Formats: sequence, structure tokens, C-alpha cells
Amino acid sequence: MTLPILLVISSGLFCIGLLAALSRRHAIFILIGIEMMLAAANLNFIAFWRFGPQPAQPTGMMVAIFAIAIAAAEAAVGLAMVIVVYRHFRSTNVDQLDRLKG
Amino acid sequence: MSTVAFAVIAILTLAAALAAATLQKLMHAALSFAVMFVGISAFFFLLGAEFVGLVQIFVYIGAVAVLIVFTILLTRDDTGKVRSFNWGGVIVAIAVFVGLVWAIAKTKSLPLTPSQIEPITVQRIGELLMTNYVWPLQCVGVLLTAALIGALILVMEEKS
Repeated sequence: MTLPILLVISSGLFCIGLLAALSRRHAIFILIGIEMMLAAANLNFIAFWRFGPQPAQPTGMMVAIFAIAIAAAEAAVGLAMVIVVYRHFRSTNVDQLDRLKG
Repeated sequence: MSTVAFAVIAILTLAAALAAATLQKLMHAALSFAVMFVGISAFFFLLGAEFVGLVQIFVYIGAVAVLIVFTILLTRDDTGKVRSFNWGGVIVAIAVFVGLVWAIAKTKSLPLTPSQIEPITVQRIGELLMTNYVWPLQCVGVLLTAALIGALILVMEEKS
């Protein structure tokens, strides 16, 4: 367990999240992808805290805790928006949400 | 022991993430999403951040995954059986991954060894949250309140 392997794993997670956010057309999949990218960032924070020069100061842990709280708020608002969009359009496919398209 | 556990957790996490990103059925994807967060929490436990791992399990598997499952059940989409999959996203994701791995491999100052530390206790985290990090804590509290009120107002039925 070394820092570069952890970084490769978290960049793999980030890219899988990017894949889900970019290539799926379902709104919930896009939210899942964003959550995955945030989790990869948290893993990076914890890894750099553990392998960094000052692991006695839990700064990375604190940032990860705050990031988890903000990700939870984002998920709540995002899923509420998915429900509202479904109520209006009877669909959660983001390709059909093109009313503002010029 | 730790190496084997690390490899098993890494494979489990990445496989669950890939399943969550590519499975066609939304419900299966949501459950794989929960499994992925179990894997990430296991990483946190291995790295010595037990409190963050527990918070991750509580928040993500207890709240966010359940919220996603509820949303999937509330928005049953029968019309959207189009299996549209954007291959441009795959190309972008692979390009970003190759770039990141290249950057990690190029960096020379990375091989640091984890020094032995005394475990960070919950008491220490609580004291830090109440002293050094009290302003971020208050801001996150206000943000969470505002976000939850906003979510409630968004989904409230309009009386017409």
C-alpha cells in the first residue's frame, strides 16, 4: 500500500465517475457519477494526509468530513431536481430536456 | 495481510464503481453504488481514518443510497427505454485516466512512507471541530439547512 497505487485507484474511480456523468443519459446516473468523483477526491485527501509529512495534524480528515457533508447537500438538491423534472416532463432522460435550446 | 486486504478492497471498489457506471438497470446500479462506498470506507479504515470511514458509511449508505433508491422508485421511466450511450464520454474518461496516471508516474517526490502516528481519536476530532474548525462547521450547518429547505420547497406540490 503506497501512495502512487492509492492515487492510481482514486484516479480510476474519478474516471469511472466521469464516464458515468458524461456518457449516461439518465439524470440519476449523472448524479451517481458526480458522487463517485467526490468520493475519489475524498480518498485522495485521506491518502495525502496519511502519507504526508505531518500526519499528526488531521487536516486532510477534516477536509474529507466537510466534503462529505457538502456532497450530501448536493445529492439532496440534485435528487429533488430530478423529481421535479420528472413531474414536468414525465422523463428523466437529459436529452429530452432541451426547452432552453436555441 | 494488509496487502491482500488492500488488493481485495481495490478490486471490489473499482468493480462496483464500473458496475454502477455501466449497468442498464438503475436499481442494480444504485446497489453497486452502495457497495462501492463500502469499499471506499474500507480504504479509510485501512489508512487509519476510522471516523471518516464511519461517517462515509452513515451518510452515503444510510442516506444518499436510500435517497437514490427512493428517487428511482418515484421516477419510473417507462418511455425511456432508449439505450443511448455516448461513446465520446468513454474516450474522454480514458484520456483523463491516462493523463492522470502519466502525471502520477512522472512525479518523483511521491514515495513517502507512512510514519507511525497515534490514532486520531473522535475526542480530538470533536475538539478540533469546536476550536480550529468552528467557522467551517457553522458554514456547513447553514449550507445543509439551506440545501434541505431548498430541496423540500422544490418538491412541494404546487396548489393550483
